[in-house]
Amino acid sequence: MPNTPSGPRVGLFVTCLADMFRPSVAFATVKLLEQAGCTVEVPERQTCCGQPAFNSGDRKTTADIARQTIDAFDGYEYVVGPSGSCIGMLHYYPEVFEPSDSYYQRALDLKSRSFEVTSFLFDVIGADALQEQLKLLQFNHKVTYHDSCSGLRQLGIKQQPRELLQQVQGVELEEMEEAETCCGFGGTFCVKYPEISNRMVSNKTDNISNTGAHTLLGGDLGCLLNMAGKLKREGKAVEARHVVEILAGMADIPAIGEADYDLAQQL
Amino acid sequence: MQINTPFFKQRAHDALADENLQKALGNLKAGFPEKRAIAVDRMPEFEQLRNQGRDLKNHILEHLDLYLEQFESKVIENGGQVHWARTAEDANKIILDLCKQVDAKTVTKGKSMVTEEIGLNDYLEANGVQPVETDLGEYILQLREDHPSHIIAPAIHLNLEDVSEAFHEHHKRPKSDDPAVLMQEAREVLRDKFVAADVGITGANFCVAETGSTIIVTNEGNGDLTQTLPKTHIVVTSIEKVVPTLEDMTLFLRLLARSATGQEFTVYNTLSTGPRREGDQDGPENFHVVLVDNGRSEMVGSEFQDMLRCIRCSACMNHCPVYGAVGGHSYGWVYPGPMGSVLTPQMIGIEKGGMLPNASTFCGKCESVCPVKIPLPKLMRHWREDEFQKHLQPKAARYGLAGWAFMAKRPVLYKPYTRMASWFMKRLAGKKGRIKKLPLAGGWTDWRDMPAPQGTTFMTAWKEQQKNGEQS
Repeated sequence: MPNTPSGPRVGLFVTCLADMFRPSVAFATVKLLEQAGCTVEVPERQTCCGQPAFNSGDRKTTADIARQTIDAFDGYEYVVGPSGSCIGMLHYYPEVFEPSDSYYQRALDLKSRSFEVTSFLFDVIGADALQEQLKLLQFNHKVTYHDSCSGLRQLGIKQQPRELLQQVQGVELEEMEEAETCCGFGGTFCVKYPEISNRMVSNKTDNISNTGAHTLLGGDLGCLLNMAGKLKREGKAVEARHVVEILAGMADIPAIGEADYDLAQQL
Repeated sequence: MQINTPFFKQRAHDALADENLQKALGNLKAGFPEKRAIAVDRMPEFEQLRNQGRDLKNHILEHLDLYLEQFESKVIENGGQVHWARTAEDANKIILDLCKQVDAKTVTKGKSMVTEEIGLNDYLEANGVQPVETDLGEYILQLREDHPSHIIAPAIHLNLEDVSEAFHEHHKRPKSDDPAVLMQEAREVLRDKFVAADVGITGANFCVAETGSTIIVTNEGNGDLTQTLPKTHIVVTSIEKVVPTLEDMTLFLRLLARSATGQEFTVYNTLSTGPRREGDQDGPENFHVVLVDNGRSEMVGSEFQDMLRCIRCSACMNHCPVYGAVGGHSYGWVYPGPMGSVLTPQMIGIEKGGMLPNASTFCGKCESVCPVKIPLPKLMRHWREDEFQKHLQPKAARYGLAGWAFMAKRPVLYKPYTRMASWFMKRLAGKKGRIKKLPLAGGWTDWRDMPAPQGTTFMTAWKEQQKNGEQS
């Protein structure tokens, strides 16, 4: 239910994983932003934030992708995406350019107006902007929340998703041990060092199931795919979802790695 | 010390399968991080101290030559000598010469990572001088012909049974598994060594330019005995340890103890300011400081300069989930954990040390607990850049990245490509919603399922929806 489009014009940063694996996360983000009064647009020229290149040490490709992203999101009041990691990458862009480069100032400018979605809703729009909509929702389950590393340490995302969640009827948040410890995903790390990554994610799934939660929530699909995949392999009956799916009232679609679901047929 | 860093992956594999080690690492995880958190909570100005520590270290590194010269002249003024060692080999030679000068048969040693770095023990032994480690952890390792796996808790990879076994074998006393009994046993054995030693070698946590003093901090008191009983005391330390004043030193002591063990202050803080003076009750007759460079001056002014702020507290490794999973020996050389992942390639070369900067998820926990705010992930990334430029990364990774980059830089191609990948994986998953074995991603599906995509990409679905919306 879009509100009056008098609010800010927001460019949606879709993120690769949401685009490829779970478009519903991007749709949920659009829905929340519109409920908060924003006009949402999806720039066509965007691809990926460039993190794989940046973390592999390929500065040239990182800079090329950064330029492309800066151009794609030129003119939007805000840039919002459903991932602390990818938005965190956008915040690294100024480091990619020499201060003399014409893109340096534009990178700083992009940094100042790009936000992870829960932080945008809570810190920029304000805690009560979505109150009416969230109050109407029901999710009668015990949930636990994983703090993804980039969002937590780079962008200071900790209480925002929790505060928003608590406004949903029935949500019981049970914190897990080591909620702030890395799940072992780490982009290419999980492929380069699968055994170490496996140990880290096993620790995580133990901590998750120890809470007795019905649902694992988080703000980054990379971590969630990793943990959901491990939970499934271990046969643990914990659902994994991106937090925006709950906030947007989309908890009826199958959780990550659950039974067959064809979004294409739903549209 | 032998360099096993290129075998990181194999060593990590072995470490993950080593039940004893995993038990020991479990203890670490519950210990230091929790104690640090409590100590930090008790000190509201801790964050401010970290900023001060970082700024002061930066200032020192900007004027490193100045403070080192001041330190040297003060040591000489106090009656000691300073020796400059550009390489590990130089340092070993200088130390052996000093031992030979007093015809030393045995030297006692306080814990020193720099002497591990230069391989001093092997060198002394090969040249007829017997080193005796006196830090309890180091002593245990020496008995077991082992090496430290941690910079402040060197034997953290061992369990009580391992220690009991080693003591029983070497001390020929009845076996015990009571830590107090074992401690007393080590104390008795070591007491004679302290008295008999011709030379005492310690490291230094800091060198104070203002007074020409060096300081070691320990929780056992072995450092005091090492440096006061023998006639000759040799301090082996590295150039970045210098601080301007005693006051500055106290700032770092406050940061160090809290970050390392969660103590308000380390139990023994022992300052050495030159040899024994007339009327002094104790102290060595000869006082030497060997200042080791070993690649550090190359870091000054480079993109790795920030690493020289490190005060060797071990907070980064105590909090690192990778270190916590595989332990220090997996890193294959002296310095483990995140700090080692930056420092090791500098010292042994990125060709041999390249595994380490890659063995990180960049979770950032290390940086968030570093008392002097070293941007460890950023520095590891710099190493990856170095590797990338030198084409050192495995071919598969390079080609994979190049292929992905080609697409990511071309939105028009990227969209059909992601759509195809999404469709393909959806097909692989079938009705289950997840993939048990994904081609080319064995590393992933060996250990976990790959959740299936929802069937189309967002970009496609969005465009479709917009089109339909306009029509209706």
